[in-house]
Amino acid sequence: MNFYLLLPEIALTILALVVIVADLLTSDKSKSWLGYLAAIGLVVPAILVVVVGQSPGVAFTQTFVVDPLSGFFQLIFLFTAALVLLSSVDFVHRRSRYPGEFFATLLFATLGAMFLASGNELITIYVALELMSISQYILAGFIKGDKQSAEAGMKYLLLGALASAVLLYGIALVYAATGTTTLAGIRAVLASSPPTALAVAGMVLIVAGFGFKISAVPFQMWVPDVYQGAPTPVTAFLSVVSKAAGFVAILRVVGFGLEPLGAVWPVLFAILAVLTMTVGNLMALRQTNIKRLMGYSSIGQAGYALTALAAFTQSTTSALLFFLLAYAVTNVGTFIAIIYFGNRLGSDDLSAYDGLSRRAPVAAFALTICLLSLVGMPPMVGFWSKVYLFLSVYNAGMVGLVVVGLLNSALAAFYYLKIVHAMYLKPVAGDKSLAPPRAEAFALLIAVAGVFLAGLIPGPFIQAATAAAQALFPS
Amino acid sequence: MLSLIIFLPLLGAIVIGLTPANRVALIRGFALVFSGVALVLSVVLYFSFNYHQTGLQFVEKATWVSLPSIGVNYFVGVDGLNLPMVLLTTLLTVMAVLASWRMEVRPKAYFLLLLLLETGVSGVFASMDFFLFFLFWEVELIPMYLLIGIWGGPRREYAAIKFVIYTLAGSALMLVGIMALYFTSNPHTFDMTVLAHQKYPLSFVIWVTMLFFVGFAVKLPSFPFHTWLPDAHVQAPTAVSVLLAGVLLKMGGYGMLRVLVGILPDGVHYWAPLFAVLAVISVLYGACISMVQTDLKSMVAYSSVSHMGYVLLGVAAFSTISLNGAAIQLFTHGTITGLLFLLVGNLYDKAHTRTISDFGGIAKKMPLLATLFMMAGLASLGLPGMSGFIAEFTTFIGAYPNLPAYTILSAAAIVITAGYILWMMRRVFFGTFNEKWEHLVDARGIEIVPLATLMGIIVLVGVYPSILTNVINSGVAPLTSQAHLATPNLASSLASVSGFWRLP
Repeated sequence: MNFYLLLPEIALTILALVVIVADLLTSDKSKSWLGYLAAIGLVVPAILVVVVGQSPGVAFTQTFVVDPLSGFFQLIFLFTAALVLLSSVDFVHRRSRYPGEFFATLLFATLGAMFLASGNELITIYVALELMSISQYILAGFIKGDKQSAEAGMKYLLLGALASAVLLYGIALVYAATGTTTLAGIRAVLASSPPTALAVAGMVLIVAGFGFKISAVPFQMWVPDVYQGAPTPVTAFLSVVSKAAGFVAILRVVGFGLEPLGAVWPVLFAILAVLTMTVGNLMALRQTNIKRLMGYSSIGQAGYALTALAAFTQSTTSALLFFLLAYAVTNVGTFIAIIYFGNRLGSDDLSAYDGLSRRAPVAAFALTICLLSLVGMPPMVGFWSKVYLFLSVYNAGMVGLVVVGLLNSALAAFYYLKIVHAMYLKPVAGDKSLAPPRAEAFALLIAVAGVFLAGLIPGPFIQAATAAAQALFPS
Repeated sequence: MLSLIIFLPLLGAIVIGLTPANRVALIRGFALVFSGVALVLSVVLYFSFNYHQTGLQFVEKATWVSLPSIGVNYFVGVDGLNLPMVLLTTLLTVMAVLASWRMEVRPKAYFLLLLLLETGVSGVFASMDFFLFFLFWEVELIPMYLLIGIWGGPRREYAAIKFVIYTLAGSALMLVGIMALYFTSNPHTFDMTVLAHQKYPLSFVIWVTMLFFVGFAVKLPSFPFHTWLPDAHVQAPTAVSVLLAGVLLKMGGYGMLRVLVGILPDGVHYWAPLFAVLAVISVLYGACISMVQTDLKSMVAYSSVSHMGYVLLGVAAFSTISLNGAAIQLFTHGTITGLLFLLVGNLYDKAHTRTISDFGGIAKKMPLLATLFMMAGLASLGLPGMSGFIAEFTTFIGAYPNLPAYTILSAAAIVITAGYILWMMRRVFFGTFNEKWEHLVDARGIEIVPLATLMGIIVLVGVYPSILTNVINSGVAPLTSQAHLATPNLASSLASVSGFWRLP
């Protein structure tokens, strides 16, 4: 019983409980400070992640692991969650009567993601995934009385439950094939015997279950509607934390536990990657709602990331981690700007963005920086992450995937620039300047600074990703 | 000093960014000072360059990212190949700033983007690390997109996005090529000087060459990748057209010389027949299309396609002399077409039309503009005494021994060029005077400065070519010598072009 390794999660649980209790003691009018409390409070678990990370180990009969990989992802989750919380204060204040519950639920979702990153056994991973998912179902439908939000919550719940069932079925099959649920145990059993149809079927179902979380085609059907209908801060959270959590789960379960089945999955992931990026990017071209557009964009980005799994080596894993880090910072920055504009414009339609560069020059510039980073333009971090990703996939011998990926990213430039185009090239739609942002401004500043910092000095971040990737490749 | 030339404009862009938007005079002052200092520095660089020795000079190298999985250096330096290009970039940027002196629409953003563009382009020319090269190659895109998209003509949005998508698709293939070279080199490196001395298997070279070729051919542009160019040019504002034709197209030509000829000579050798065919099509097709244009600016734009075909022909022929011709053509075409676009822009500002048939006999009202137009036109068609002649003649001389038929066909295009230039001159400046242009006034004041400067350079290179050819030959000569593909016939008798052109 090594509770020490669990300190970050314990701190996060306490923080969520404190927010709930404080919510009860605060009058309805002044609940905004709860959001700041939650955001700033996340510093504590973040510090603990770093401290605990100094002494990696496993706990609770191998169900829970602390290693560089878990630390890497947990810091991404906490960082993103803090920015999302900061930028949601104003939004929740306007749109919902229950800000306290919103912040606390968001913290619980983060907690689920944290456990997922540390999960070392199939049932733990499943429970962690459910903690995250159920919190997200609630969050997606959080705006009571808003039909779109309610529809998003319902749709997400139903399809998510289906995906969970598929995942659980896969877990059951793998257990049937190997007789154990710990990842190390599964790996040992599979390595000592030839692959069975049972185990392969289990793996395919598990990939399908996680594929739902990372919105890989053909498990992406929920994305556009949920992204559009959910409260924008929740969309931001879904597109970054939920997706990164899906990837860490795949890395742990498939990349480590089911690694002896390695002959099967390059093909599987290569097909998923090509489908995902192509469908995501093609569908994004015609979108007119920016949240929907960003939903398809996130599918496209997941497609690039999947190429790293198809070519699964230590260096592509390192590139995948760096790619996810870059994606997290950039995408959360993009969404903070969208939250701000949504609050001020009362609309998420692309047409409302016409001429925004004149009405809100700083925020429009920040959004442009983030979008260009998603395109993969230097000197932003997106350039490095994409080049490094494709470089490592190329090195693993999958040249075809690299060509498809690069041509896809040229195609994707079209719809990202469509937003820039609306903001800078179209005539001004409204006359007055937008009121300056409050907490969003600070969050946006951090995100944009991160986009530049990691773009100009990528070395340390790539190094951290490389160290984290090593955890999956015991020598 | 080289880094200063690259990053001074960036600093200028930041300074302009911090200046309030309503201080227009201050903003364009900053733009002129920062681009001007960069120009002065590059002139100093040009004349302190020692062309008696080959290899890179003014090298600056620092480690940027050094990890086992990826190593990237900040590595810039100049040789005879890219030094004229750096000079051309800084020169034309100053001209562009001067030409847009009276810019009234959002001047702050405009000058800021011009300077950013300068940083991107001069970075491409100076980079000796492939990763850095690619990085700058991409940096240049967004400023250009916005410059065309915000300040362009009626169909600017379409033209701007077409420009971006074409270039991005080309650079995607180029990136695959860069990766291929990186992983084939041992130890893995992005260093172009090291990559140039590696041995690659022929089958590898053949397909990698094609990847790079498409990337560069989009930029050059060569038939069949040229369709973005007329759109972009016709829509772009004058100064942006100058930079687009003057330096952005040169990135494609420079890339062919530096990467295809410098690193993958065997691939060029292999694909030479294809390149030559594309070159001849570009030359003839571009010239014929120019002939039938009704808009002055699209005429100049299509003439660029035609003239850039000569560069491709020079590359395909692959002799020391033809490569010299291609490199000279890059520089001279930059100045000549830059001047032509400035002149067209100047005329448009006053007449508010570019349709050739609207004019007639206006030399009467604009003697200076007409004279400059005539001289630039003659330079463009390759009249001896102007720099265009040096470039074209050298290219043809060098290309003939290897590709006689193609050279003859391309040389025939000079007749068509003469045709459309002189025909246009007759319809616009001479002939019966169209009374509605009674109010036209000639170029004056600050407008004359960029026109006269470029004209001066064209004539200077025309009568004293070694000022350019000495430098260029020092960069081109090692390309063919290390490739061992130099043709023995004409090349040996005219040991080098600079010798051929040296004044008694």
